[in-house]
Amino acid sequence: MAEYTLKIRRADPSRGVVAHWESHSVELRESASVLDAILQVKDERDGSIGIRCSCQQGICGSCAVRINGKPGLACNTHLEEAARRDNGVTIQVEPLGNMPVIRDLIVDMDAVHWKKIRRVTPWLLAKQPVPEREYVVPHEAMVDVTQSMACIQCGACVSDCLSMEVDREFIGPAALAKAYRFVGDPRDGEQAERLYDLSNDPHGLYDCTHCFNCIDACPKGVAPMSQIMRLRRIAGSDQKIEDRNNGYRHEQAFVKNIRRNGLLHEADLLPDSYGGKMHPRAVPELIRSLPTVLTALARGKVTLFKALGHPHKAPKEVRRIFDTIESRPERIELNLYVSGIEDEPLRAARTDEPTPIHLPPLEEDAE
Amino acid sequence: MRVAYWPGCVSRGFTPELHGAMAKVAPLLGIELIELDRAACCGAGVIAEHNPELADTLNARTFALAQQTDGELMMNICSTCQGAQSECQSRLDASTEYREHINGTLAEEGLRYEAHITNKNLLWVLVEDIGLDTLRSLVRRPLTDLRVGPFYGCYIVRPVARLGIDDEHPRDRYLQMVIEALGGTVVDYAGAYKCCGFPIVTMNKQASLTMAGRNVADAIDEHADCLVVPCPLCHLNLDLQQPAAAGVVGRELGLPVLHLPQLLGLAFGLNPHQLGMGKHVVRPTSVIDWSNAVLAASAATAHP
Repeated sequence: MAEYTLKIRRADPSRGVVAHWESHSVELRESASVLDAILQVKDERDGSIGIRCSCQQGICGSCAVRINGKPGLACNTHLEEAARRDNGVTIQVEPLGNMPVIRDLIVDMDAVHWKKIRRVTPWLLAKQPVPEREYVVPHEAMVDVTQSMACIQCGACVSDCLSMEVDREFIGPAALAKAYRFVGDPRDGEQAERLYDLSNDPHGLYDCTHCFNCIDACPKGVAPMSQIMRLRRIAGSDQKIEDRNNGYRHEQAFVKNIRRNGLLHEADLLPDSYGGKMHPRAVPELIRSLPTVLTALARGKVTLFKALGHPHKAPKEVRRIFDTIESRPERIELNLYVSGIEDEPLRAARTDEPTPIHLPPLEEDAE
Repeated sequence: MRVAYWPGCVSRGFTPELHGAMAKVAPLLGIELIELDRAACCGAGVIAEHNPELADTLNARTFALAQQTDGELMMNICSTCQGAQSECQSRLDASTEYREHINGTLAEEGLRYEAHITNKNLLWVLVEDIGLDTLRSLVRRPLTDLRVGPFYGCYIVRPVARLGIDDEHPRDRYLQMVIEALGGTVVDYAGAYKCCGFPIVTMNKQASLTMAGRNVADAIDEHADCLVVPCPLCHLNLDLQQPAAAGVVGRELGLPVLHLPQLLGLAFGLNPHQLGMGKHVVRPTSVIDWSNAVLAASAATAHP
């Protein structure tokens, strides 16, 4: 048993109770969960603490909160692990971010999370004609989408999404991972339409800023950001959807830039991402960027020679790599979720050798 | 120590002061830089998004070039390079079959990547290989009373597992440890682990600059004198774009942003001009008195 200080963020906007911290001292096993601690306090000391929870086994996804600054499920976070993020004793529990608080640890999932999930048409739009019997799909394709199917809709990734923090309209990690679940499903018939829609939404596919918060937040290993990158890859590289957010053009401009220069030539990247220096889209943007460019020139960060010339060229070996790989008939992708990692203990346990089980002798036998 | 040195693109492009400052502080740190001048861009996540095999091959090539040197390890000075290269390395090291396939492409150039290269950002090298005690011993002008806000950049702190951040290697605390070792005061503010916004600056400039502006504003509200970043891409959004970001968040900003080697160099008593601090958009006047007070102070420390 160990003693912890449980600090719970309380608030009740409907009754005008503003957010404040309440501390309780709890004594529990180190392996007990943060939810165990919250429920102990709720049962024994203050029944008014608001928290959603159900299965207490990391399946239902209802008890997601922020624990010492990190989002996750209260029921599958050990007290010892949570306290280690702070001083070993204190565990601060607050409601998920990016969503309005209803009361205490309960946030309005309908207003944000579920609204965004509904936005991506979260059901299969079956390929026509529907076969008489079941669809037969390649095993790997289904393993691939099981990663996003593992989502339990807890909202932990939504809580800490840094793009959503500044752009409330961003569709966000959970909903985009859900979108990939159908785009990656060989049985879905409207992949192109889905991708066109998501890439042209100004708060869609290309609003993700690669912050990786959702990957670390997810208690189920869904890696939402990786699913967003897959969506971009299929929308951009495969379907060449020219979106109005410059997402596809930026990707193309970047790849072309490195193939040509070996190193990034920043002065070309901005105009090329808008369609080229003379493109009607690029001109107003370049004019808006003029003060920034002029300051950079004035400070000697950039010289005219460096900005207009191309001081470095890619070695021919680098160009050869681009040409070899870009000309493959099919893209080669190693998906570690499907393939697993060599030498991982999990893989070793899958060998044909049965694991010997040693049972302790029964008490009678021991005599 | 000799290291295979990968400076990245931006430190030789739009933030040339970073590459220059690194060259100035390396001899003081006892680091001999073997520059990988034939290597190509890490892809910054964008090439991996376009075609992972292409990103993996370009970075395997960089790793192979590093392995051809006699450097103890490979070192970068860019959070984005660290993150993008770690991601590629995780795939290359996970499967012999895949690695051999990639090596097949490199073979034409006579290169070959052997699994498990050690590739570290300068920040990690400072704490894990050089050590904070050595760092303290090199300080000629302690950054006394200088309030420094750490700004890591996403790619060097997440995902935690891929970047080897654990109890033994609290790499997400190293900037704070380095600031303190140099005699400065760490500013605890909301933005230290947030995104600078750079990756979406061409796709959603409003969101991108709101991120940059808010991070800078949060540090100002906690009375920071400056920020320190181990990532030149963060520097672009936090410094070069700071005037534009100020417009987006609707308040005055004006907070200097230093590259990690510049902060080291200042504490080691180097001339701020030599460290390229005149090249910043936000003049680092709160950090140093341009009337050469730093040199005077460092001389005073050296000859009390």
